[in-house]
Amino acid sequence: MNEHIGLRGRVWLEAVTGEHQSRPGDPMSVLFIRARIGKDSALFLCVVPNKESRFPCVRDGQVGLEEAYALAFRVRQAMEDDREKPRAEKSPIIAVVDVKSQAYGRREETAGIFLAAAAAADAYASARMAGHPVIALVAGHAFSGGFLTHGYQANRILAFDDSGVMIHAMHKEAAARITRRSVADLERLGHEIIPMSYDVKDFARLGLIHKLLHADDPMRPSASEVDAVKQALIEAIDDTRAGGTDLNNRFQSAEAIVARRAGLAARAAMELQWRQA
Amino acid sequence: MIETSIVPAFVNRGSFIEMNGRDRAKSLFDKNSWRELVGPFDRVESPWLPKQGIAPQSDDGCIVIKGTIGGTAAVAISLENAFQGGSIGEVSGAKMASALDLAARDSAAGELTAAVLLLETGGVRLQEANLGLAAVAEMISSILNLRQYAPVITVIAGTVGCFGGMSLAAGVSSYIVMTCEARLGLNGPEVIEQESGLEEFDASDRELIWAIHGGEQRVGMGLADALVEDKTEAIASAVREYVRKGLPPQHRSRQVNLYRDRIAALDNANQINPLQLRQLWSSKESKGGPQ
Repeated sequence: MNEHIGLRGRVWLEAVTGEHQSRPGDPMSVLFIRARIGKDSALFLCVVPNKESRFPCVRDGQVGLEEAYALAFRVRQAMEDDREKPRAEKSPIIAVVDVKSQAYGRREETAGIFLAAAAAADAYASARMAGHPVIALVAGHAFSGGFLTHGYQANRILAFDDSGVMIHAMHKEAAARITRRSVADLERLGHEIIPMSYDVKDFARLGLIHKLLHADDPMRPSASEVDAVKQALIEAIDDTRAGGTDLNNRFQSAEAIVARRAGLAARAAMELQWRQA
Repeated sequence: MIETSIVPAFVNRGSFIEMNGRDRAKSLFDKNSWRELVGPFDRVESPWLPKQGIAPQSDDGCIVIKGTIGGTAAVAISLENAFQGGSIGEVSGAKMASALDLAARDSAAGELTAAVLLLETGGVRLQEANLGLAAVAEMISSILNLRQYAPVITVIAGTVGCFGGMSLAAGVSSYIVMTCEARLGLNGPEVIEQESGLEEFDASDRELIWAIHGGEQRVGMGLADALVEDKTEAIASAVREYVRKGLPPQHRSRQVNLYRDRIAALDNANQINPLQLRQLWSSKESKGGPQ
């Protein structure tokens, strides 16, 4: 496990915006900042650990009820602010992602965390469909329901390329237990079967990532590394504005055409038979 | 003279749960109106399961049927829980997302096409991990796209329930239909027990499980829309009703302020009593949103 879970998100949020703050009314775990990126004023959102949270199962940086609804609220507010603006002027929304997972708690299940997560995914996707460039900057961990709630509805996904970054459906220990394998077996399998890999470079081979980024020490980025990341964000925003508002780029990319050919074959067959039905 | 049968009534009730995923989907359509798309004979299979010594299935556990429901064009997408627990893999996820996209395309062009999702699933198929998670993200987007034009109706009948990432698909649906045997939640009891310990959730406590995730509770607290009996005609009739009704005044996953306030007002010092929460959220004062 990475000892920096939840810390890298804050480091990069501060680095690219030049400030950090958590406004009252939100849970302390959801940081939101308005900052300039290129010629735009963008909304940056980041979920960080809050050891004092009144919900015990989110204290290590998981996304829980308060976090999900706060994200949904902030995104919807940004949409409302720009409602009358043309697509080219709608502000970018940047999800800085470093989340351990969704919250695994009884309180959360009782109060319907599934709807909270759905509301956040809905907000991000709605912003994207309304023409806001939505970019995910994966600075650390992006696991499972945590990523579905915060970041996975983005037009473009950027991620750092080091071993501290992990994008996956489930953390290693749990995945090993459920699939009845050892962690070592799981890691070996990941090299053969790329969707199972925990290596972000393999994730990029699936065609789901717009660009991989690099920092020698991601906890202490240099000025030139920060500039390069800002430049990548600007380029991703421009690329988004020049393209569609759906997620089709994820399975139309050069990598996806190889890695996701079974899914693409299913899509093609569906399209053909749909017309005949 | 009254004729008494030796056959108990439940035998002939026409159970929905006892049917497989394909028959469940077929049972919703107008007679002779339907056709299966990308079915087993097309053999679009998972390329990842055989590499792990697991036999694939020629429909990848996802059945797509197109036809009419109460005279309206509709597509039903049904997950077969007997294959890999109804889990979402690359192929089943792509079938689902593409059928939703095509329904949206037709709907946008004026041919309104509703979707019915029959969700019996534990979520992402871990043998296809990241492609399963990617498919869930894409499917959520496809539901939201279709939902602008035509209703997306999720049916959770049981007995697997709807968990993991697929609970978000249910969450962004226009309507959710459940039976008493159905369950809906992000994390299943076993996962919570594993991750957070027995004192957080005792996965062997069946009363607790149904008190929290069960259909009666979810409908009672307003997180799902209709509680129906496990009868094929009852479920088909509930689906027909929602297809006829069209879009709700406001989708539940858009009611951010209402639910944000409810969470803020939650007394969570101890575990929350499910029945009390149901009473609180179903009361007139806290209702809000659509009537």
